[in-house]
Amino acid sequence: MSFSTTLTVNGVSRTLALDDPRVTLLDLLRERLDLTGSKKGCDRGQCGACTVLVDGRRINSCLALAISHDGADILTIEGVAHGEQLHPVQAAFIAHDGLQCGFCTPGQIMSAIGLIQEGQTGHDPERVREGMSGNLCRCGAYSGITAAVLEAQLSFEETERKQVA
Amino acid sequence: MNRFDYIRPATVSEAVAAASVPGSAYLAAGTNLIDLMKGGVVRPERLVDVSHLPGLDGIEHFPDGGLRIGALVRNADLAHDADFAARFPAVAEALLSGASPQLRNAATVGGNLLQRTRCAYFYDVASACNKRTPGAGCDARGGQTRLQAVLGWSEACIATHPSDFCVPLVALDAIVEIEGRSGRRDVPLESFYRLPGDTPERESVLEAGELILAVRLPGTAAAFAGHARYLKVRDRTSYAFAIVSAAAALQIESGRILQARLALGGVALKPWRTRAAEDSMAGEITGPDTFRRAADIALADAQPSGDNAFKIELARRIVVRALSQAAVGTPKRMPALPASPFAAVSGAITYV
Ligand SMILES: Cc1cc2nc3c(=O)[nH]c(=O)nc-3n(C[C@H](O)[C@H](O)[C@H](O)COP(=O)(O)OP(=O)(O)OC[C@H]3O[C@@H](n4cnc5c(N)ncnc54)[C@H](O)[C@@H]3O)c2cc1C
Ligand code: SF4
Ligand code: FES
Ligand code: FES
Repeated sequence: MSFSTTLTVNGVSRTLALDDPRVTLLDLLRERLDLTGSKKGCDRGQCGACTVLVDGRRINSCLALAISHDGADILTIEGVAHGEQLHPVQAAFIAHDGLQCGFCTPGQIMSAIGLIQEGQTGHDPERVREGMSGNLCRCGAYSGITAAVLEAQLSFEETERKQVA
Repeated sequence: MNRFDYIRPATVSEAVAAASVPGSAYLAAGTNLIDLMKGGVVRPERLVDVSHLPGLDGIEHFPDGGLRIGALVRNADLAHDADFAARFPAVAEALLSGASPQLRNAATVGGNLLQRTRCAYFYDVASACNKRTPGAGCDARGGQTRLQAVLGWSEACIATHPSDFCVPLVALDAIVEIEGRSGRRDVPLESFYRLPGDTPERESVLEAGELILAVRLPGTAAAFAGHARYLKVRDRTSYAFAIVSAAAALQIESGRILQARLALGGVALKPWRTRAAEDSMAGEITGPDTFRRAADIALADAQPSGDNAFKIELARRIVVRALSQAAVGTPKRMPALPASPFAAVSGAITYV
């Protein structure tokens, strides 16, 4: 059986022929589209390194079948900066040392973008930590990650206020 | 992962017809099924993808306060639905204590009910497991039994059901709506799962091809909204399955309990409702004596299935604490750490 699937990835529409329905969204991104920013940490939903936004929601791409997401709009770490201008969450991770080796970082940043959009945490560090608990960091950069997410959230609110004003 | 045929039905009846063929499995978000297939634990020949079926992703509210949750509603969307969380706060708390935000964004209501056990020997295809291969034996016996069952287990299987969502659902009289080749039927969640007995491979009352359409909660269950909690002890603060959990819900008038609801998670192969313990609290004054007696009744038949006797005492304490928290009242806002025993609690609970 052969399948064709159309996805919008980082704003670009891509139609791909799949000869096998077993391909996960993560493998499709990494192996077929050369978007290796999303990482394969565990491949079993246990670490969050593969986090991407699908139709605006953060999910683990390692447990999602690509074929089942025909028509979806995918945002990966490669699509968040505007040219040389970093996404505010990326900039905040650098400013707060929210990483050491960097392996978990693409997943952390995509998860943080999702978390800020979900808007459930306010400025409570405990809620931010809980909201980021789907992303493990073997280097233990957690305190920097929490600080970065809190700051990025503030900078978004600032921009929103300016837009309204 | 084995090769499989992929089918995407357009309607419920097409889905049921496709999945009635032996060797088929329904695919919802796949957060459990794809994990199990990657490990070779299950090897379906064809996947019937129901994730795009129309009409199964809504939450309907009824005038009597009850509601109907479509099988494809995502765990996160249900937990964050303000009306739902206001009427059934313990269910929302249980949902938010499960898995991770990413997994909850994907995971569906139907898939959560039918997720398989996390027994490590079930997952390890090199181990003998009666659930995976009927009659093969059970390597969990005499093995690592810390997380195994203390209620309702059998010689053939000592595994537990891992869902958090199901624990308050069973306490609150949830009904499962099912569609199969011979039509539609309703089954109370309390009688939906089978205990292992001699046939641990038969996990629920579902027949081949039967599809979960929705879960209903009756309006009467919303009467517990003011005093309803879920409490879950895990090996780490979040992103971990329950060692033991409990859903507790009370209706209280002038310090006396009119009605109580109590169910335990992580202790048996199904969410464990304990009606005798519930009945023991009716008419009693809220407080440690009433709650301790209820806990003793709830765990009266518990037996270690190995080196896990600690779970029985842990379960008693979780019951007392969950009931005490429910008596204090449902917090106005979802706790920062849902269901966590380490979360700050309103009101002094010093005796557990
Ligand atoms: C790392 C990790 C941690 C987790 N932690 C927790 C936790 O703490 N607490 C918790 O409760 N859960 C936890 N989960 C489990 C998670 O909640 C389930 O994987 C999820 O709910 C399954 O939903 P799904 O839509 O992905 O189902 P799928 O994986 O698509 O399906 C699961 C099963 O249900 C069947 N199925 C699905 N929908 C239907 C339907 N409508 N009718 C009939 N059959 C159907 C499928 O055939 C399959 O057998 C965790 C999972 C992972 C990977
Ligand atoms: S306890 Fe049950 S699931 Fe675990 S190995 Fe034994 S039979 Fe299999
Ligand atoms: S690679 Fe997907 S969660 Fe670890
Ligand atoms: S920075 Fe190394 S794993 Fe997180």
